[in-house]
Amino acid sequence: MGIAESRISQLQDRVAGLSVPASAWNAKNRAAAVERLQSMGLPAPRDEYWRFTDPKSLNAIEAPKAALFDPKETDVFDTIDRLEIVFVDGVFDATASDELSGSNMSIERLSDAEGQDTHWTADCYGALEAIGQTPVQRPFAALNTAYATDGVLIHVTGKVEKPVNISYRHANETSDAILHHVIKLEEGAELTLLENGPAAARFNKSCEVFVADRATFHHVRTQGRDHERRAVTHIFADLGTESVFKSFTLTANGALTRNECVLRLNGDDATAHVAGASVGDGDFHHDDTVFITHDAVGCESRQVFKKVLRNGATGVFQGKILVKPDAQKTDGYQISQSLLLDDDSQFLAKPELEIYADDVACSHGSTSGALDEEALFYLCSRGVPKDQATDLLTLAFLAEAVDEIESDTLSDLIVDKLEGWLERHRP
Amino acid sequence: MLEIKNLQVSLAEEDKEILKGVDLTVEAGKVHAIMGPNGSGKSTLSYVLSGKDGYEVTGGSASLDGEDLLELEPEERAAAGLFLAFQYPVEIPGVGNMTFLRTAVNAQRKARGEDEMSAAQFLKVVRERAKTLKIDSDMLKRPVNVGFSGGEKKRNEILQMAMLEPKMCILDETDSGLDVDAMKLVSEGVNALRDEGRGFLVITHYQRLLDHIKPDVVHIMANGRIVKTGGPELALEVEQNGYADILAEVA
Ligand SMILES: Nc1ncnc2c1ncn2[C@@H]1O[C@H](COP(=O)(O)OP(=O)(O)O)[C@@H](O)[C@H]1O
Ligand SMILES: [Mg+2]
Repeated sequence: MGIAESRISQLQDRVAGLSVPASAWNAKNRAAAVERLQSMGLPAPRDEYWRFTDPKSLNAIEAPKAALFDPKETDVFDTIDRLEIVFVDGVFDATASDELSGSNMSIERLSDAEGQDTHWTADCYGALEAIGQTPVQRPFAALNTAYATDGVLIHVTGKVEKPVNISYRHANETSDAILHHVIKLEEGAELTLLENGPAAARFNKSCEVFVADRATFHHVRTQGRDHERRAVTHIFADLGTESVFKSFTLTANGALTRNECVLRLNGDDATAHVAGASVGDGDFHHDDTVFITHDAVGCESRQVFKKVLRNGATGVFQGKILVKPDAQKTDGYQISQSLLLDDDSQFLAKPELEIYADDVACSHGSTSGALDEEALFYLCSRGVPKDQATDLLTLAFLAEAVDEIESDTLSDLIVDKLEGWLERHRP
Repeated sequence: MLEIKNLQVSLAEEDKEILKGVDLTVEAGKVHAIMGPNGSGKSTLSYVLSGKDGYEVTGGSASLDGEDLLELEPEERAAAGLFLAFQYPVEIPGVGNMTFLRTAVNAQRKARGEDEMSAAQFLKVVRERAKTLKIDSDMLKRPVNVGFSGGEKKRNEILQMAMLEPKMCILDETDSGLDVDAMKLVSEGVNALRDEGRGFLVITHYQRLLDHIKPDVVHIMANGRIVKTGGPELALEVEQNGYADILAEVA
């Protein structure tokens, strides 16, 4: 059996237990995704794009078991006035959720919408994912579009004051969840999306975001808690003229997290910032894979990823900036750094620039280093205990990523979470 | 107060002896100065006293008010009242100067079983002391020493000293890189802290600083030892004739 056939047969086994939900308006989108997936097959460890992250546990038929972990903390966004939507192991929890309504937006569950005859998402569902399959294939995103059991569809027509918070709880040790969200911001609209929680033993989540001209989308999420959980997530976004897209992710714990972010800057003077802070101890594998395409004039993109790794944890960064021939005056910045707190941990990075326009300013850098011993001694010599000094320096290292969060209230919550995590994970 | 007896120190990494038996006692209320050629071991002495890694004490002792310093972690030495104004203050990107100061003050208070300073109380005190050192609020907000000029870094060291109110202050070439005005500010900062309960060990190459901070005792260090001890006149002698005569005399 050749490689191609083995991939396909592996795929048949992988999806055998999944079914495509029926829907009048979404059937063609779902079927197209099934077709895309069939033509790609599942990723293999020898694939260039999966060189640093073994897809085995994501390819496995059953989700590997993940014990529940209760750090005895409140949820990160509890103090925020928000519209909360709760999924437990990928299943919508009506009791725990707020009423799905808000001014300047329509908000609905995918599974409810699919029962209707027509829907505004008919042209959106799977559309960005399909485009995002070139030039690099993303099989788990196609799988998601094809088999997602639910999700949230948000159509934003103006400024939405209260953030929408999708909260993912994990209650079953072998749960395998697939959710797909679609968010469409009309011209000048504004939305903040918050996401938090461990979600499931294995979680495949996709979020497609259409940001029209002059619209603003802010996204802050945390992925944490359960040490054995696994997740593969995709964000696909298209950005219109003068639109703003900012996404920040805090990841703590987790046996495997692969966060892909695929952005296209299609309108002039658009801004896209993607940032991530991740902290891992021991059996932790975290992968940020970003692909940003500049296809318009005068756009700015920033990627800021920081990782703190200890006790054999692994961090991966694959980040690409592609500047199309007409994307003059592009300003692209990319930095990925890791702080290795011991010799057992590793950081694997593949930064890439591919530039076809001549008038651009793009820079990228990737570093890996230990704590600054001189700084540590300086702090200790002033009476700061070594543990506390280490935490201070670690937070300082992460600050450039956390500072990408626009709202001080939200960034303070993220810093609180980080402080708590660092305190619990002192050597 | 500070009692150093026959202190011998080698580099931890290589077999190189740097301090070859240092004897020195600083009494409470007194200012002692150490002068000596580059490479004689002055900074090493200050680092070993404050507990920096990389040095191995092969003999002798050092104590502060009877407490064995060499047994303590750096933060414990600080809590016990030892302070070193660094020859080269360290830049710490991402840590705000103010956060750093408050963390340090409260960590020491906690270690000594005292109440922590409230944010408001701290702010009041720090503003007052910063002002006398001409440290503006911008410098307090910026990351520790990042982008500070040489003189600003040294003034920041003195601010930390003023906030921590240590018993025993070691100043390692605090005058280097200072212009006349900054030297005056720093000296005034130090003099304001002079107190009968507090001892100072001032490492310097220049009489200039000692014109402002009048020492009670002057030591000359060479090749890892204190080779000569005298009064303030010893510093004047160095200023006029350099170290050659003194070194020749003790050789
Ligand atoms: N960490 C170190 N590694 C190598 N050599 C060192 C180290 N620290 C001090 N030394 C050496 O020890 C000697 C004394 O240095 P130092 O204490 O800095 O002298 P001073 O402050 O009197 O100029 C010098 O020869 C210096 O090169
Ligand atoms: Mg020196």
